[in-house]
Amino acid sequence: MIPDLHGFGPVLLEGTLMTVRLAVASCAVGIVLGLLGAGAKLSASPILRAVGGIYSTVLRGIPELLVVLMIYFGASTVLMAAARPFGHAGYIELSPFVAGVTALGLTFGAYATEVFRGAIQAIPPDQAEAARALGMGRGLTFRRVILPQVWRLALPGLGNLFMVLLKDTALISVIGLEELMRMTAFAVGRTKEPFTFYLAAALIYLLLTALTTLALAAMERRAGRGHGRR
Amino acid sequence: MDVALMVDSLPRLARGMLTTFELVALSGVAGVLLAVPVALARVSRRAWVRAVPLGYIFFLRGTPLLVQIFLVYYGLGQFETVRESFLWPVLREAYWCAIIAFSLNTSAYTAEILRGAIQAVPPGEVEAARALGMPRAMAMRRIVLPRAVRMALPAYGNEVILMLKGSALASTITLLDLTGAARTIIAKTYKPLEIFLAAGVLYLLMTFVIVRLVRWAERRLAPPAGSRS
Repeated sequence: MIPDLHGFGPVLLEGTLMTVRLAVASCAVGIVLGLLGAGAKLSASPILRAVGGIYSTVLRGIPELLVVLMIYFGASTVLMAAARPFGHAGYIELSPFVAGVTALGLTFGAYATEVFRGAIQAIPPDQAEAARALGMGRGLTFRRVILPQVWRLALPGLGNLFMVLLKDTALISVIGLEELMRMTAFAVGRTKEPFTFYLAAALIYLLLTALTTLALAAMERRAGRGHGRR
Repeated sequence: MDVALMVDSLPRLARGMLTTFELVALSGVAGVLLAVPVALARVSRRAWVRAVPLGYIFFLRGTPLLVQIFLVYYGLGQFETVRESFLWPVLREAYWCAIIAFSLNTSAYTAEILRGAIQAVPPGEVEAARALGMPRAMAMRRIVLPRAVRMALPAYGNEVILMLKGSALASTITLLDLTGAARTIIAKTYKPLEIFLAAGVLYLLMTFVIVRLVRWAERRLAPPAGSRS
C-alpha cells in the first residue's frame, strides 16, 4: 500500500507539519471568532445580533476557496489603500500563512458561531437566573457558570468543524503556502507520477483525520466526566 | 470601489454561474444515483455487505476534495492503460474530471445521510408492511425509502450547499466556473476586491435559492395537514 516516494518522503512530512500548524492556528482563531459571534447573536443589542447574523450567514454561504483568494489578494489592496495616507506607497502582501489562518479562521468561526450558540442555549436558563439571584453580574455569570459548560456541549460540533478545517487546509496550497498539497505538487512536478503522490497525500490526510477522530473521542470522554450515562 | 467594473463583469460572471450550476446539478444527480446502492448496502442484514462500502466512504469523507480532483484529473493520466483506453477522451477533459470527482465525493456524504434516515424509520412501520405480506424489497421501496427521503431532505439540503461551495475547486483545474471566471477577470483588471465581492454575492444568491428550494420540497413532501405521519 505504501507507494514508492523516490526520496520525497521528508518533503511530504515537512508539508504535513505545516498543514497541522495551519489547522491548529486557524482552529484557535476560529474558536475565538465563534465565541464572539455567538455572544453577538445572543446579545441584547439588535445591532450586535445583526452583525453576528450577517457574519455567520455570509461566511457559511460562500466557497472557502473564494474566501481564501479574497483575503490573500483583496487584503493587500485594502492594506495598501490604508497605508497610503501614512506615506507608505510600496506593495504590501500578506504572507500565505497569515492569509490562510485568517481565511480558514473566519470560515471556522462562522460555523462555530452556530455551534456555540446552540451550546449556550442548551444550558438551562434557571442556572443563569440562580447565578444572578446570588448577585453575580451578567459577565461573571457567563464566565463562571455558562462558559465552563459550553466546552462540553460544543465539543462534538467543534470536532466535526475541525475535521472539515483539516481538509480545507489543502486550499491554502492555491496561494502558495508550502503545506502538504503544495509539497505534493512539487514532488509530482519532479517525478511525473501524479497518481502515486496524490494518493500518498490522500493517505496522509486519512491518517490525520483518523488520529483526530481518536483524539476527539478522548477529549469528549474527558469533557464529559461527571456527566456519564444517567 | 469600481462599481462600473463590477457591472461590466456581470455577463461573464453569469456565464461562470451557469457552469457552476451545471457542475452541481450533474454531479448532484450522479451522486444520488451512486448513493442509493451504497446506503442500501450499509443497512444490509449481512455483515459482509455492510462492510463493502466502508472503505469507499472512509476515503471520500476523510480526504480533501482538492486531492480527489487532482487524483482524477492529473493522477489517472499516469497510467498508460488509461491513456490508451476509450475513456481517455472523457478523462482528459477537466469538465468531466470535475464531475467525476464531485459525484464520488457527494455520493459518500449522501449515502451516510440516507443511511441515517433509513435507520430512523420506525421499525413498527416496516413490521406492519411485512405483516401485510410485503416482501422485504417491496417494503423498502414503498415504505422505508419514501419515508427516509423525507427525513433526509434537510440534511441533504446542507450537502447541496457544501457541494456548491466545493464546486469552486473546479477553478483549480482550469474550469471557468463562477470562481474561475472571477479569477480570469482579476488577472486582467487587477481588481480582486470588486470582482471577488461580486462573485461572493452571486454565490450567496445561489445558496439562498437552494435553501428556498429545499424548504419548498420539504413542504411538498410533508404529509397533508391533519393526517398522522
